[in-house]
Amino acid sequence: MNDLLPFEWIAAIRFLREGRMQSLFIISGVAIGVAVIVFMSALLAGMQANIFKRVLTSQPHITLQRPKQIARPQRTDEPGQSILATVQKPSQRMSSVDQWQKIRDEARRRSDVLAVSPTVTGPAFVIRGDASQAISLIGIDPEQYVKIVPLPEKIVRGTFRMTNTDMLVGTQLADDLGVQLGDKLRVATAAGGDLTLTIAGIFDMGSRGVNSRNVYVLLATAQNLLHLLGGVSSIDLTVPDPMQAETIAQSIANETGLDALSWIANNNQLFVALNAQTFSSQMIRVFVALSVAAGIASVLVVSVIQRSKEVGILRAMGGSRGQILRVFLIQGAVVGLLGSVIGSALATALIVTWRGVAKNPDGTPMFPVTVDPHLYAWAAVIATLTGLLAAVTPAIRAARLEPVVAIRG
Amino acid sequence: MAEEVLRLAGVRKSYGVGTPAETEVLHGIDLVLTKGKFSALIGPSGSGKSTLLNIIGLLDRPTSGALYITGNDTGSLEEAQLTRLRGRTIGFVFQYHYLLSAFTALENVMMPLLLERGRPDSAMRETALRLLEQVGLGQWRNNLATNMSGGQQQRVAIARALALNPSLILADEPTGNLDTQSANNVFELMRKVSAASATTVLLVTHNMELARRCDRIIELVDGRVVADRALAAT
Repeated sequence: MNDLLPFEWIAAIRFLREGRMQSLFIISGVAIGVAVIVFMSALLAGMQANIFKRVLTSQPHITLQRPKQIARPQRTDEPGQSILATVQKPSQRMSSVDQWQKIRDEARRRSDVLAVSPTVTGPAFVIRGDASQAISLIGIDPEQYVKIVPLPEKIVRGTFRMTNTDMLVGTQLADDLGVQLGDKLRVATAAGGDLTLTIAGIFDMGSRGVNSRNVYVLLATAQNLLHLLGGVSSIDLTVPDPMQAETIAQSIANETGLDALSWIANNNQLFVALNAQTFSSQMIRVFVALSVAAGIASVLVVSVIQRSKEVGILRAMGGSRGQILRVFLIQGAVVGLLGSVIGSALATALIVTWRGVAKNPDGTPMFPVTVDPHLYAWAAVIATLTGLLAAVTPAIRAARLEPVVAIRG
Repeated sequence: MAEEVLRLAGVRKSYGVGTPAETEVLHGIDLVLTKGKFSALIGPSGSGKSTLLNIIGLLDRPTSGALYITGNDTGSLEEAQLTRLRGRTIGFVFQYHYLLSAFTALENVMMPLLLERGRPDSAMRETALRLLEQVGLGQWRNNLATNMSGGQQQRVAIARALALNPSLILADEPTGNLDTQSANNVFELMRKVSAASATTVLLVTHNMELARRCDRIIELVDGRVVADRALAAT
């Protein structure tokens, strides 16, 4: 007996040790439950982080654009008179965001915005000899834009060099046109712009479409080609928490009157899928926790029945109902805690195994799976609480035992 | 006049109160036990001995009548107060020992002290060891309760009953499961410790031979005390 421990702890630990098989089984049960939850959470977190990274590194969190031009009929209907008219939607012409410098500066001042970068985006052609290909011309401010899309990391050949005669093209476009670093390409737009630019770098964004379509040039070059001198077609933003992008986008839209498109709205299906995944994993967690709790409770109920005579004698010797109650509550909590420690070790082993098994064909890991230390702490807290709650009913049952009945029965 | 440890006044006990099957098993028991006396309670099966013992041991409450333990009226006490009073003033020895199998002999003897004080300490160990030595089991102190013979277990139970130095020890056929030799040893031991600490003992037994060796024999038949005689000191 440890002199530092009170009676309740001593009795709880002795009872658990004595019921060796029962304790072993139920602790294993808890451990497996905890291992499943920890492993699944780590896997899911790794996978989602990976998806976010892929989706978010090639696009801004929020894009601010000029609102769509709409046609307003000059006539209004007088009372008692109706107008039959078809209002044709105007085609959207290329034009700048009004007072974009002011909007940019305001956006920079917001605490929920990390980076702001104005861009000019428009359709163009690249022409090489007889071949031509439609592209999306993107004029950027390199210093600001790299805070939103880490272009330098994506360059696979050449460098991230941007002067007013340079361009960055994707691997797919380079392949389609059969061009290499240092080659020159003509870029022409419907507005009549026509320039010859040098390929300074070739990037790989991890998406075939982006690699064949996007061509990055300096902001001024794009303004020149698209005849948008001094203007920008959109302002790109990054926010600290991507999950808040839609809320922030709404708030900026209300303040500026611009259209604010968040990545969430742009990738609605992906976002719904991720949410469904998160929800289903939470359901699994809840049900695993419930089945673990049921297991602990059933083992303790049996233990109370087995020990009813001992409980009776403890009560006869002056043990209070509270003392008996605590002995069984502590058993539940200890089972939960021990189970969570073993379960966390098990989950770590599973993750290490997973890292060794789940690899791309080229041997690189499919996606990084790491465990947040907080996850272990949470698992321990939740498992202990689950054990404690599961023990409530058996413990009350034990505390209510009448000494006479328990001893005679 | 001898000091009074226990007084029962008109104690009645009915089971199934308020139902058609209500039956009274104790019909007004008056009884006084004085300090240091070793009394036997005898009677045929079903005479109400165990019911009476449970009431005296504060494990059950009488339907009517009063019960005073060391002068305290127990009728007005709450459940938790009864539990404390029971722990401090009454020691139990049952037919079966009911030692806690997860604990050693020494720890079992410490148990009433541990329940009372909350945490173990060296004084508790010393008390328990002294008691174990008193029942002749000092060298068995670190044995698990389950690794001992029936007689030894019953002796541990006696040491345990003495742990809080109770005013009254209630023994419900403590020798019922033992062979004659062990039964005799256990009985002698109880007489010895009772004499040594002037502890009052009420012994329920079917064994007339043992009963005759007590200070007093109380006979219960059909819920009434039919005979109560003091025996000459042996």
